[in-house]
Amino acid sequence: MKPTHSEIQKLLAARQRIERIFKAVAVLTLVIAIGTLAVLLIDSLADGINRLSLQFLTSYPSRRPQQAGILSALVGTIYLMILTALLALPVGIGAAIYLEEYAKHHWFSRIIEVNISNLAGVPSIIYGLLGLELFVRTLGLDRSLLSGALTMSLLVLPIIIITVREALRAVPTSVREASYALGASRWQTIWHQVLPIAFPGILTGSILAFSRAIGEAAPLIMIGALTYIAFLPDSLLAPFSVLPIQIFNWVSRPQKGFAENAAAGIIVLLIVLLMMNAIAVYLRHRYQKKVYL
Amino acid sequence: MTNNVEQTGSIAFSIDHLNGWYGKRQALEDISLTIPEHQVTAIIGPSGCGKSTFIRCLNRINDTVPNFRVSGHVLFKNKDIYDPDVDPIEIRFKIGMVFQKPNPFPKSIYDNIAYGPRIWGVSDRKGLDSIVEESLKKAALWNEVKDNLSGSATSLSGGQQQRLCIARALAMKPEVLLLDEPCSALDPIATARIEDLLLDLKKSYTIVIVTHNMQQAARVSGLTGFFLLGKLVEFGDTRQIFTNPKDSKTEDYITGRFG
Repeated sequence: MKPTHSEIQKLLAARQRIERIFKAVAVLTLVIAIGTLAVLLIDSLADGINRLSLQFLTSYPSRRPQQAGILSALVGTIYLMILTALLALPVGIGAAIYLEEYAKHHWFSRIIEVNISNLAGVPSIIYGLLGLELFVRTLGLDRSLLSGALTMSLLVLPIIIITVREALRAVPTSVREASYALGASRWQTIWHQVLPIAFPGILTGSILAFSRAIGEAAPLIMIGALTYIAFLPDSLLAPFSVLPIQIFNWVSRPQKGFAENAAAGIIVLLIVLLMMNAIAVYLRHRYQKKVYL
Repeated sequence: MTNNVEQTGSIAFSIDHLNGWYGKRQALEDISLTIPEHQVTAIIGPSGCGKSTFIRCLNRINDTVPNFRVSGHVLFKNKDIYDPDVDPIEIRFKIGMVFQKPNPFPKSIYDNIAYGPRIWGVSDRKGLDSIVEESLKKAALWNEVKDNLSGSATSLSGGQQQRLCIARALAMKPEVLLLDEPCSALDPIATARIEDLLLDLKKSYTIVIVTHNMQQAARVSGLTGFFLLGKLVEFGDTRQIFTNPKDSKTEDYITGRFG
């Protein structure tokens, strides 16, 4: 039986209604997500924009809020991120390559896989405890930049491994086969074909991981990063502070001036984060000129 | 299954009781045949009959498929390529392959061709330039791309991409060229160009081609093997297979009663 003209019209109207509702719900969720972020940004900007000055960026912390600055924490964050990247990226990418390209698929590799996924969900303070025991005490690295970077590396490693594996898995088998068919070894195939194609995905995953690390205070407080520091770290074993710790410290003070400092600190942290992302976008863009996808 | 091919030239491959499994599923059952040098040998049969698996055993590219294993012997120039002391990389150096779907690397046309020679140690620009030009000429692609060698290989048309893949394989100066349904993703004009190319290439290479297209097998090949359900049903002179098949299953397939 064929539906009549009016029945078809009715069905169509119902479908269009559902279409409109679905679209409205989608827009609403977007508004909630972006709106929350906007409120946070505007609030921080309103509170902190007046404190943001060259003086704020180039001064050390102080008891007087008007003289206090963020220099040591900013430099500490930058050093910590660079060091963490140097430690975590080679290890993480290497581990992902091994698991994805070399490891045989049997029960042991599956156990490792499940464990890595679980590790990505472990609260960061647990990593702080591990760092305290392993790096600060057992290895005697003390509450140093190196201890902090090693702890942060542990924190981001599972995320890096998981995202890099996904990027590697997304490289088509046909490209690998084309390379093998020319007599390329596995390593040559990975190095010349797989990694260049996976590079944008690897970059995105790494940035996600470091975006998480840059906002972490808990594990660093755990290993004893300082909150008041009036000099810049001059070696791997020097004590250090980072932006989130400085912000946390200022927020917890009663004077109103420190609240402004905290808001300004948040703005600085966001700018550093944005710059990190900008570098990633730039690298990806530059790279895509060389690889035609 | 008896091998009723009269050998005139020398032998490229001698396959002896070859079996292949994906996990527990057997894809190849007791295949024995002889592939002569400097001829086009076609492998035909319906989908899933094991013809792709078979050709992928000839350069051990199926080694890269997890859970795949083989038994039996594949003698290439009297040396079993599945011997433990044989490095599959060396086999693939001598035996080139072109796949069903064109799979150029997402790099420039030049870098696609130069990749193979580069990983085998050719590094001087002049040497690479001449290999690239020579390979593209052999694959009848040179005139279309010579002004755009640094352009993206993936922006070529499907037929051009497949000829690029053939050129890429030829750049290694292989002794054998394996083609796994090279025209199945191409239109009739591009297909005709590749068939012309194969007839030209067989003068200097041993060619094994898997194809769905029986007319194609009839047009390009000297010998044809018919696969069905993982078994080699019949192997022999192409004209004889198509005009006077010995097995009734071959006749049914060729006359279009199934498949």
